Amino acid sequence: MTLALSINGRIRHVQAGLSDTLLTVLRDQLLLTAAKRGCNQGVCGACTVLIDGRPQRACLSLAANCEGAAITTLEGLQRDAGMARLQKAFTATGAVQCGFCTPGVLVSAHALLSHNADPRTDEIRAGLSGNLCRCSGYRKIAEAVAEAAKEAKP
Amino acid sequence: MSATAKAVGAALPRAEVREKVEGRAQYIADLYRPGMLHGAVLGSPHAHARIKSYDIREALAVPGVHAVLTGDDFGDHRMGAFIKDEHAIAKGKVRYVGEPVAAVAAETEAAAKLAARLVSVEYEELPAILSPEAALAPDAAIIHEDVASYFKVFDTGSTANVCSRTSLTEGDAAAWDRCDVIVEGRFATQPQAHVSLEPCGALAEPDATGRVTLWSANQSVFRVQANVSESLGLPMAQLRCLTPRVGAGFGNKMEPHIQPIAVKLALATGRPVKLILTREEDFEIVRARHPFKLRVRTGALKDGTLVAREVEVLLDGGAYADDSPGVLGYSLFMSPGPYRFQYRKASGTLVYTNKLRFGAFRGFGNPQVSFAGEQQIDEIAARLGLDPLAVREKSMLRPGDKWFGGAEVGSNGLEECIARVKAASGWAKRAELEPSAPGRKRAMAAACTAHISGLLATGAIVRMLEDGSIVLNTGAVDIGQGSDTALTQICAEALMVPIERVRLASPDTDGSPYNWGTTASRVTYTTGRAVVAAALEVEKQIKQHASEMLECDAADLELRPGGRVGIVGVPDKAVSFFEVSARAHWARGGPIIGHNSLVFERPSVDPKRAIAVGLPFPQIGAFAFGALVVDIEIDETTGKIEVKRAWSAADVGRAINPLAVEGQLEGAFVQGMGLALNEEMVWDGPRLANPTLMDYKVPTALDSPHEIHSIIVEAPEPDGPFGAKGVGEIGINVVPAAIANAAAIALGKRFNALPLTPERVLRAMLGK
Repeated sequence: MTLALSINGRIRHVQAGLSDTLLTVLRDQLLLTAAKRGCNQGVCGACTVLIDGRPQRACLSLAANCEGAAITTLEGLQRDAGMARLQKAFTATGAVQCGFCTPGVLVSAHALLSHNADPRTDEIRAGLSGNLCRCSGYRKIAEAVAEAAKEAKP
Repeated sequence: MSATAKAVGAALPRAEVREKVEGRAQYIADLYRPGMLHGAVLGSPHAHARIKSYDIREALAVPGVHAVLTGDDFGDHRMGAFIKDEHAIAKGKVRYVGEPVAAVAAETEAAAKLAARLVSVEYEELPAILSPEAALAPDAAIIHEDVASYFKVFDTGSTANVCSRTSLTEGDAAAWDRCDVIVEGRFATQPQAHVSLEPCGALAEPDATGRVTLWSANQSVFRVQANVSESLGLPMAQLRCLTPRVGAGFGNKMEPHIQPIAVKLALATGRPVKLILTREEDFEIVRARHPFKLRVRTGALKDGTLVAREVEVLLDGGAYADDSPGVLGYSLFMSPGPYRFQYRKASGTLVYTNKLRFGAFRGFGNPQVSFAGEQQIDEIAARLGLDPLAVREKSMLRPGDKWFGGAEVGSNGLEECIARVKAASGWAKRAELEPSAPGRKRAMAAACTAHISGLLATGAIVRMLEDGSIVLNTGAVDIGQGSDTALTQICAEALMVPIERVRLASPDTDGSPYNWGTTASRVTYTTGRAVVAAALEVEKQIKQHASEMLECDAADLELRPGGRVGIVGVPDKAVSFFEVSARAHWARGGPIIGHNSLVFERPSVDPKRAIAVGLPFPQIGAFAFGALVVDIEIDETTGKIEVKRAWSAADVGRAINPLAVEGQLEGAFVQGMGLALNEEMVWDGPRLANPTLMDYKVPTALDSPHEIHSIIVEAPEPDGPFGAKGVGEIGINVVPAAIANAAAIALGKRFNALPLTPERVLRAMLGK
């Protein structure tokens, strides 16, 4: 069937079967590959995207259920000031190693900061607890999010 | 090279970080080629069986299927780093559940997976060998009937189900008689999964001549090339191996996974074929950390001086040798830890079983032997009423001391590592630490370690382009740890040019010099040395040109910061690299290219000091050192251990990039914490019971302490690049040991098996 999905502010028409996930459609049809397939089971968080502003697993979201929702991937946040602060902080802090988890972590962090502009360390860690990272040990990621929050203050 | 350049030692961001934070970095699954097909494999349902026949008719009938391959389509070619015992796909027999027995290429991933499931295989089941003890039983079924005839790269001693055996002995066993205290124990460690966030995958594309370009998730394009060549019987030159960005490795992408099958599918169809493993397949068919069984004995004088240690290990290698003989040898080599002993003996046996192959995993056997050895030092300290770090300091290797077997150690910053963790952690006041709440016990403990960073061959090519900018080509794959950045910094420092003027060529077996791989903590040290030497070659050529241009002796010239070369003591007499390189390209001498290749040549063992049997690596060394202190709390109701704080010191020789060094230490600590506390691959009979991230838990941000303090110690390695040594693995080695030591202090019970799950801790507290 043909679906009309709102992705990064544009309506995109895609062909999808009933069982196709949003992740498959994003990656294989639209070549939006920032969201990664790490487990395809909703555990690792590497496929995190925003659906109506909330962080969701694209691998657990059926594409057909996403019609009418506003889907935002990391590619769609390139001009977002909050994402720019996060990207800068992740870069400077050394929070990125292999980078495979990074897009999902950034989207989760963006969602966290958009409803809690000044999170404590434990709140940052709770906010990122759905995103696995096997390289960093999380310390520098948590520092980067705190740094980005600090930068946002007037 | 001079002290005025600033690239080395700078906490620079990753060279490739921008594409990573923008989501544009391309990993293997992100690559698409015109006309590309998708691959899928069928795994064996049996742990040990003879393959009687295949029926592929139904699979071939699935719309969109282009090829269905089985073992019959593959020649009798075997690959293996130490023992050539493994076909590209099961042939004749299957030896573990999940082992690929058939492969399909189809228009879509769904069609490929459907067709793979429709391949019908007739098996004759054989007894499954599921433990090393069963493998050694006198009447055990034999997993590799032809093991005697396999090609081996060293004297393995393979026989029946014994894959290899190694022993190393130094000193006189009479030393035991002098010991006032002897502790002895049996220990066991569990299999751990790497869980690189990126599952393994490959994309192979043939050209009209049958030459194949192969991209894959890997830790060495050259090992990929060698393994595909061996297992498919193709000349190495028929393969061009490349790498996209790699979503971490930790060892599981060093040796082959699915690359040979992807290449065979591409050759069979004449089309590009992409094959990406599912997470479950990645758990079931790649490789994992070895479970060890150990018997360890350590003796000391009553003043705490360490005297003797004996270690005996039994390793489950799984169905194929892979890197297992190396892990066995290395674990024995490292088993005494960084201490002086009068007598040391280490011996071990590696056996085949009908499980997934075990192989390289960060630490390479060191965490397992350290779990036992470092606990015994604490036990001795407790028996003697001594400070456990004081016992270590008394017997630690000091600068100039040799390693077990007689290897030259090089620089040694262990003493400073211990001093720094003591000072930072408040070690002297550890007894005053209070639990954060009632019902909790708190304790602080330590452990020490060493690790090598020099091994095997590597090369570097430094090319100066017409404008004076530099392209560095080493063939070393950055798997996320940051070697691209570190090597760029080394090159920029050596030529005193701004870091932006140096760019790194992506590893390519056609164009890059040989590099054995990103493994064994070796890239910064081993490849970095080649980069420095190649840059020196470029410097010589620059000076030759400049001496002709400035009409002076080359010996009177110096490199100046920013890409210039001038006469010493004459500030205004200088030419730019741009002018030099333009001259070289268009008028005199030809383009400036510096290259170097080397193999690490320090012997592992001095035959006058030690007796070695079946040691798989004759040349290994350049030792880094480490000390770790952990502060833990145990919930007495649940048995859960929480790491509150950790101080991880590592002597890295010289931190080329302190940010990246910290990243290695922090990441290694948390991965080691997973090994210590909860990670475990569990088999239900012959089948892996938890091949998903739902059932196999790795630490999350909530499970990991925020207070992981990285402490960088710099005892410069004389032949290291600007003094650097490796840091990739040292941070994981003693995490389980230090946590177990702390648990023993908190509970008054020793733990001899991993992981320290709440259940195991509760049972210990209840005496069950």
